[in-house]
Amino acid sequence: MTAALQMTGVAADLGGRPVLRDVDLRLDAGEFTALLGPNGAGKTTLMRAALGLVPLRGGTVSTGSAGYVPQRHEFTWDFPASVQDAVLSGLVRRIGLFRRPKVAHWQSVWAALDQVKLGDLRKRPVGELSGGQRQRVLVARALVLEPSVLLLDEPFTGLDMPAQETLTDLFTEIARERAVLMATHDLTAAAYTCDRLILLNRTVIAAGPPADLKDPEIWMRTFDVGPGSHLLKALDLVGA
Amino acid sequence: MSPWQFLADLTNPDLAFLPKALTIAVLSAIMCGVVGCYVVLRGMAFIGDAVAHAVFPGLAIAFLFSGSLVLGGTIAGIVTALLVTVFAQNRRLKEDSVIGIFFVAAFALGIVIISRAPGYAGSLQQFLFGSITGIPDRDLYVVGGTTIAVLLTVFLLHKEFVAVTLDREMARALGLRVFWLDLMLYVLVTLAVVMAVQTIGNILVLALLVTPAATARLLTDRLPAMMALAPAIGAGCALIGLYLSWSWDLPVGGTIVLTLTGAFLLAHLLAPRHGLVARLAT
Ligand SMILES: Nc1ncnc2c1ncn2[C@@H]1O[C@H](COP(=O)(O)OP(=O)(O)O)[C@@H](O)[C@H]1O
Ligand SMILES: [Mg+2]
Repeated sequence: MTAALQMTGVAADLGGRPVLRDVDLRLDAGEFTALLGPNGAGKTTLMRAALGLVPLRGGTVSTGSAGYVPQRHEFTWDFPASVQDAVLSGLVRRIGLFRRPKVAHWQSVWAALDQVKLGDLRKRPVGELSGGQRQRVLVARALVLEPSVLLLDEPFTGLDMPAQETLTDLFTEIARERAVLMATHDLTAAAYTCDRLILLNRTVIAAGPPADLKDPEIWMRTFDVGPGSHLLKALDLVGA
Repeated sequence: MSPWQFLADLTNPDLAFLPKALTIAVLSAIMCGVVGCYVVLRGMAFIGDAVAHAVFPGLAIAFLFSGSLVLGGTIAGIVTALLVTVFAQNRRLKEDSVIGIFFVAAFALGIVIISRAPGYAGSLQQFLFGSITGIPDRDLYVVGGTTIAVLLTVFLLHKEFVAVTLDREMARALGLRVFWLDLMLYVLVTLAVVMAVQTIGNILVLALLVTPAATARLLTDRLPAMMALAPAIGAGCALIGLYLSWSWDLPVGGTIVLTLTGAFLLAHLLAPRHGLVARLAT
């Protein structure tokens, strides 16, 4: 089976400084993977490199197609667009230059909205949505291209617990047929809900199912903390 | 003066400049209204301001050498649009201050150039505040052709402009050529501004770009409706403003802008869902 996303020896620089070095990873359909690491570890850069938005210093990226829900919210929420217009904007390249959307395009928009359970709100202006609903619009916009891998960059920022749990269920469901990679700072929830974890700090420090990542040392290296850190206790890696 | 008298004056062959001025004011208001929707939604009013300032040296040079004002302004404006696009891509630069410095300098250059022309105070006033006389017939064709080109471009690139305005990062991720779309949009803004500068004047043209679109935004949550309302409001106010200015002998640019401002305030009070009256009533 071909991987949904494969990175081999990827290196990337930003502003002349090295950010990623020797990144190897492989994601397959059916896997919900968490990307963990401290601020500045290169999580966002890794996703942007997978999308071809960051020039590679070295290595290769191969992916069928990638859907992206960015961390930096540049979305203009006060734009006079409905939910379905916003999702349709994900198809702008597929529709093609100088062309108008056809029935088939709208059908895939509606299918994506049904999948994120916003089918009833498709005509609502985007400015009148809650934070959790907005995040689901962005997920639908990524899904509308039927990507083999869905990249979610810190999708829970600023959301309350119920919204986070609804989204987590949604991501788990999406991961049944696609690969999902989610950057997050909620380590315990990630260890609980995800099939695999990738610990990143400039490079992949460790990767595998949560049960295989019980060595406190790899967590200390990734997050640059000492053996007395709360982080290790919260993850149940050392005795309290 | 009654509207009938105005209509009679419009058809009076001795006052041939009047229908010409009206046509140009209405066509440039339509262009500015449509393009202004993107200006307002992207929060880039400063682009309109920059372009309005920067076309001035082009107009001044054309005036000095008796060349085509429209052509001079367009060339200067497109050079500006190119510079703005290049500057605006680099997010580390504080774009508004760079542009502020640069374009006030361009404006100053225009003043210095035009001071070399005979009767300079009068022509300066015309440039700054607009005038309805002295428009050559040729300009009618230029403005008409430009209107068609601008509207056609907006129509053809609509969904790309929407995607870039909604979310630049995502537009880039989808593989849209954000730089070229930005440049295209700034060129459209430039053309709309340059066509309007003669009648409305350099200082007031920003209102034609921003006010109708902002008014339309108050009245609707749907982009197609906004892009139909804004040019209608702009054109209506241009017509009413010119009528008022003609009847009471008021400066045309100022009267059109004040009419637009009146429409904006009215919409602010009466808008169906978000207006003051609607909010007080609920
Ligand atoms: N535009 C930029 N120019 C230079 N360095 C950058 C730029 N953006 C991010 N960086 C640096 O790259 C590193 C990785 O950033 P990022 O991928 O955003 O990390 P994360 O998403 O894990 O918090 C950080 O150290 C940050 O300082
Ligand atoms: Mg990040």
